[in-house]
Amino acid sequence: MLSAPTEAPPLLDIRDLRVELTTARGRWPVLEGIDLRVEPGETVGIVGESGCGKSVLSLSLLGLLPPAMRISEGEIRYEAGRLPREGEEAFRRIRGREIAMIFQDPMSSLNPALTIGEQATEMTRLHLKLTKREAREHAVSLFRKVGLPRPEALLKEYPHQLSGGMLQRVMIAIALSCAPKLLIADEPTTALDVTIQAQILELLKTIREEDGTAILLVSHDLGVIADMCDRIAVMYAGQVVEVGTAEELFDSPRHPYTQGLLQAVPTPAKKREKLLSIPGTVPALHERGAGCRFHSRCAYATERCLLSAPPVVRVSGAGGGAGAGTGAGALAATGAHAVRCWLAAEEGGLPHAAG
Amino acid sequence: MNSGKKITLWIGLTLVALLFVLMAVSLFYVPYGANEMNIAGRLQAPGAAHWLGTDNFGRDILSRIMEGTQTAFSVGFFSVCIGLAGGFLLGAAAGYLGRWADELLMRAVDALMAFPGILLALILVTIFKPSLGQTIIAIGILFIPSFARVIRGGFLQTKEADFVKAARGMGAGHAALIFRHIVPHILSSVIVTASLCFSAAILVEAALSYLGLGVQPPDPSWGRMLNESQAYMSKAPWYALAPGLFITLTVLGFNLLGDGIRDLRDRRA
Ligand code: SF4
Repeated sequence: MLSAPTEAPPLLDIRDLRVELTTARGRWPVLEGIDLRVEPGETVGIVGESGCGKSVLSLSLLGLLPPAMRISEGEIRYEAGRLPREGEEAFRRIRGREIAMIFQDPMSSLNPALTIGEQATEMTRLHLKLTKREAREHAVSLFRKVGLPRPEALLKEYPHQLSGGMLQRVMIAIALSCAPKLLIADEPTTALDVTIQAQILELLKTIREEDGTAILLVSHDLGVIADMCDRIAVMYAGQVVEVGTAEELFDSPRHPYTQGLLQAVPTPAKKREKLLSIPGTVPALHERGAGCRFHSRCAYATERCLLSAPPVVRVSGAGGGAGAGTGAGALAATGAHAVRCWLAAEEGGLPHAAG
Repeated sequence: MNSGKKITLWIGLTLVALLFVLMAVSLFYVPYGANEMNIAGRLQAPGAAHWLGTDNFGRDILSRIMEGTQTAFSVGFFSVCIGLAGGFLLGAAAGYLGRWADELLMRAVDALMAFPGILLALILVTIFKPSLGQTIIAIGILFIPSFARVIRGGFLQTKEADFVKAARGMGAGHAALIFRHIVPHILSSVIVTASLCFSAAILVEAALSYLGLGVQPPDPSWGRMLNESQAYMSKAPWYALAPGLFITLTVLGFNLLGDGIRDLRDRRA
């Protein structure tokens, strides 16, 4: 066994999740067969290009899917209890209190018409039933914790008076205010410039260490993910195509898509180039055929890839050695390095990527 | 461009403020009693004693105009309140709930809107007995679709804003989402609509009263005065001029105010 013992239930356990989009032309699966676990205190990264369904996944965890989308199969368990599939009221008790979320753009995530103080105290007054004064004191202490200067004065200011980096700190402080066990961070640094990005990631690391908050970090940027995460799930076109520890993925990526992503990570030499240089784009919802969804862009694609869906294969980890898994659960098992690819199914068929 | 747009706002604001002052003064003081007749002094031309002249019963036109502001403003105010309340209920429900609720409610609003406004008001006041109250209710109902549309549009747009989604993600309930996060953002467009409806209300009231279907005597109404002055158009043109001028100024004032606020908001956006 490589990793955590299994007595304690995982904090978050996503099983065979399927999310469908209903349009005038029919129903399309946006996410399919998603298996993912997050242990208490663990940091899990979800990486993939835009259009892979990462954001849909994070929204589905809190029942925030847009009206046209719904969970059609599978379940999400939180601390061994099932999360409701929908229902605003059922989710409200969890949102913010148990699971908090920080969004991509801090400038637009705060209401421009309300002061920072009004927004920073809203959640604790709602969930923890603090009085106005207690909530303000609580907010001030959190502002200190996330490294915001002059916290008392900030309470009276409006969002437009603060910089993007400060606003993201405010958002993080708000997200932490009810001491959630899981923090979902959806592209938390994408809208910020590079130096601020590093500071925010540093802050998230501190939070993880000091409070033991589990973090689900969603990003298109493998660099950001690599820096922070214990385990990483790579998503492509609505599926998890590879999952493993950070070392496993970086040292021996098995899925051609993961390899492509790794090669596209900017090194100091080719700084700030286009991040993803894999030719082609993610297939649209109606373009996803029966076979491997990556085949249109995969250098190793064969006829079999086009015709039938690749199996999920454990290449190492908790389940023992390699071998074709049954799919369900193989990607979820904590500690397992698993891949959804035909090449990996024929063991060793894939040359390791250089660098 | 900047100052040109501001001028609209300032002219509108000034006109509206002056009319308000006139109304406020009329509550405590009018030069003569509005219904004080003086047969000897019929149809006097404007002069030192009667600034705007007298009418066919020898009543002071200025006093009647001043009292008429009360009618005009109360019709404007209360009908806008009715339109706003009804429009908010419909528009907020449609915009917030979306989907089938939106379809259903907005089709109803469209149906109401397809009806020519003045015709609807005419039907309503003929069904019930014409009076100040009925006029207000009829005009108020007329405004429900406009408010409903503006409010629905605002809700649809603001509901999708990141900060509303974020607040929802943090566990905010429906009431908090609607009143804390959405309503403040649609306030400016609602104010614009209210201002434009206010002027429309005064115009419709004048039209209805002119037709004898609105405010009934002895309540002073600009529309009625216009009606009564018709017979004396050649003998006493100032009689018709006064209510006509005040209707125009009021409508102009509120329209300019509404446009000015809209420009101000658009520029900021
Ligand atoms: S299954 Fe085939 S097409 Fe898909 S990633 Fe593997 S090799 Fe490429």
